[in-house]
Amino acid sequence: MVVVGAGIIGAACARALSKKGFSVTIVERGASVGGTSASGEGNLLVSDKAPGAELTMAQYASRLWPDLVAELANELGRDFPSLEFEPKGGLVVTLADGDARALESFAAHQREYGVRAEPLGAAEARLLEPDLNPRISSAVFYPDDAQVQPVIAAEAFLASARALGTRVVLGASVIGALAGDQGELAGVRTTKGDFPCDHVVVAAGPWSGEVARVLGGSLPVAPRKGFILVTSRMTQRVHHKVYDADYVGAVESDDRGLQTSTVVESTASGTVLIGSSRERVGFDASLDVAVVSELATKATRLFPFLSEASLMRVYCGFRPFVPDHVPVIGEDPTCPGLWYATGHEGAGIGLAPSTAEILAATLSGEEPAIDADPYSPARPSLASFLTNEPTE
Amino acid sequence: MKIVVIGAGPAGLAAARAALDANQRVVLLDAADDLGGQYWRHLPSSRPSSNEAVLHHQWTNFVELRARLEDDPLCEVVTSAHVWAIDRAGIHVLVGPPDGPDRERRTYPTDAVVVATGAHDRVLPVPGWELPGVYSAGGAQALAKGDRVAVGERVLVAGSGPFLLPVALSLANSTSTVVGVVEASRARRVASSWAARPWELVGARTKVAEAGSYAREFARHRIPYVMGRAVTAIHGAECVESVTIAAVDSSWAPIVGTEYSLAVDAVCLGHGFTPRLELAIALGCQLNDRRFVAIDEGQRTSVVGVYAAGEITGVGGADLALVEGTIAGHLAAGGRLDDEVLGQARRHRATWRRFAARLDVAHAIGERWSQWLTPETTICRCEDVTYQQLRTVARVTDSSGLRSLKLTSRAGLGICQGRTCGRTIESLLGAWSNEGGLIDGVTTDRRPIAVPVRLGELRVDSRDAATD
Repeated sequence: MVVVGAGIIGAACARALSKKGFSVTIVERGASVGGTSASGEGNLLVSDKAPGAELTMAQYASRLWPDLVAELANELGRDFPSLEFEPKGGLVVTLADGDARALESFAAHQREYGVRAEPLGAAEARLLEPDLNPRISSAVFYPDDAQVQPVIAAEAFLASARALGTRVVLGASVIGALAGDQGELAGVRTTKGDFPCDHVVVAAGPWSGEVARVLGGSLPVAPRKGFILVTSRMTQRVHHKVYDADYVGAVESDDRGLQTSTVVESTASGTVLIGSSRERVGFDASLDVAVVSELATKATRLFPFLSEASLMRVYCGFRPFVPDHVPVIGEDPTCPGLWYATGHEGAGIGLAPSTAEILAATLSGEEPAIDADPYSPARPSLASFLTNEPTE
Repeated sequence: MKIVVIGAGPAGLAAARAALDANQRVVLLDAADDLGGQYWRHLPSSRPSSNEAVLHHQWTNFVELRARLEDDPLCEVVTSAHVWAIDRAGIHVLVGPPDGPDRERRTYPTDAVVVATGAHDRVLPVPGWELPGVYSAGGAQALAKGDRVAVGERVLVAGSGPFLLPVALSLANSTSTVVGVVEASRARRVASSWAARPWELVGARTKVAEAGSYAREFARHRIPYVMGRAVTAIHGAECVESVTIAAVDSSWAPIVGTEYSLAVDAVCLGHGFTPRLELAIALGCQLNDRRFVAIDEGQRTSVVGVYAAGEITGVGGADLALVEGTIAGHLAAGGRLDDEVLGQARRHRATWRRFAARLDVAHAIGERWSQWLTPETTICRCEDVTYQQLRTVARVTDSSGLRSLKLTSRAGLGICQGRTCGRTIESLLGAWSNEGGLIDGVTTDRRPIAVPVRLGELRVDSRDAATD
């Protein structure tokens, strides 16, 4: 078994596959955890997902995370840095000029599908977040939203996979497929040699489309660029994950142009993270002060005290975008042996455990805990996007 | 056309003058509240001193340069100008004191730029270096020259390179007693690369006269100068009380059994310089394999219209910076490299570059310096990451990517943005890698947000004056 990509998805899949007894090699073109997994906030969210396949996966993941964190800590020992798992809950608010009714009906719909989404009055919301802008028109609290430090979590999956026997080959770019006697996929050719195998799992995030193409498959994954602002350390004044309700619309959007919606949270180290922006501009990592300024403006609207906070860093990353907004987990119908685990857009950290479980179960011919069909690359909603041409 | 010069040290000032001499308009930006850079740091003009000429080499040269720029209507001098980001829209600047209430937002174009952002002094970690009373050599000199503040009564200057000499003299000219200068490079190495007498390494313009003046000044202040030794530990309960000095071999590894203790109340450490590359990188300039801005004979970078001069092209001191700035400013203003007016600058540049190359060899950081670290030594002071913590994270993750290692260890993620510890964590982590080094192509030189800014200052409804 070869897994392409040593981000959180590749690492989680390698770990789950190793546990099933497969002999796993990860090939990664760079260093471990250097792409999308190292450019995000570490969101484990149910709040931003409308009822559907992605929410089902998020609910499954949110059941897996607490035990998983304990398991990893136990396996890796005291020297391994803490995953900073915080089941702190998320607070979604609309400000005075926002659409309170849209948030309320979105939450009501989620409740029908078992999401804990508790409507709060403005005063209750301010009790949870005393520094929030007082001009709140409505608020919903999601107790099951949580957070991890994404790079440590990804490295933890990887270290655990290694301990289970996974071999990790870094600096190895996939340059072609190895063909078997009948022309079937029989391994990958990389810049560090050939790796024969029965199955290849492409978990290369936004670069998965290109890897799939090189290996003879087809996957409509495109990069969706995002910036996150990081402040200097401060005394904690943001206690939950706090979002402006316009977040929901942005995640579901297909628009190529820039969208920003406000997400503010503190980290264990004392910094405040401010997201998020989305735009489809290919792999162009250049800074855009207009985007940074818009994020800053919206964050200071949500939390006026942040006006005095220092912006110290900006992360720019690329999320793996797929046109129907549902992760792709399963075998390419046109290329037996070629499997995918990608397309999570901004939710890959949170969905890593459920992705790994679904993939490992499906690959071993077992019944996964949730129905895997909605995530299949063969699903109808992707059909019109499948080509063997480079995406972006 | 208007030429934007970033940095008003020797290189930037010379570039601005050369561009003005070619009748072009110039905007000169500097973060400090007066011109001169680190090299000509002085008392604010509101309380001038008659003593600057004694404290500064080439003070007359500076005064003339400053007057030339300030008197020229084609030159717009903007001090307290903090370049915080560069993108396609231009060079983003906040003007005003960093903690002031309403700094002005300005944007300048990037089509003709001279980057002259200089360098900051590098300090290698030493056990105890986080104690009050430990200064970077440059920081101590700035306090002595800019604020006339003495850092201590009994001060030791230690590290490597000729810069330690003017630092020691600046301190001696304040109320401090300089108990010694400790140079890690061994006399033989310095001798074989240059000369046995360290003061001959300082100030290339009139070497003989300056060398004489350093020798005389060191003798007058009775400052002992020892080579092949390093401060390997700093001790004190609340603040610096003493240091351990040990002989080091040619790779700077301490030699066991040679340690001795010296009572001091302040230590100034300097181990060479790190170029301030973030703005050149933000402009898209390529670096060379020595990790300076890559330039051609005309000081042109890899980006059309962007020139670089001074320490960001290779640490060479003020004389080299001045001539590089002259060439960069002249070419940025549309002049040609073979114009007669550059003849002298080009000849001098060749001389000072040879000189700088010798210094580089003589005082390069020894590859085994880290042997004086202990598990408890703080490596990243902002985030309080110790040597042992960093080593443990590298071991348990087995990572060879700087990005991942920084985010798992927090080293280099603090408010100084890795300016102090960046090169140190890169060298430690690279040495521990099982891949033969860090392989993700990430360095600590890149800082898209060049200096911290308040979020409120970025509000799109705040003051925003477009300038070009």
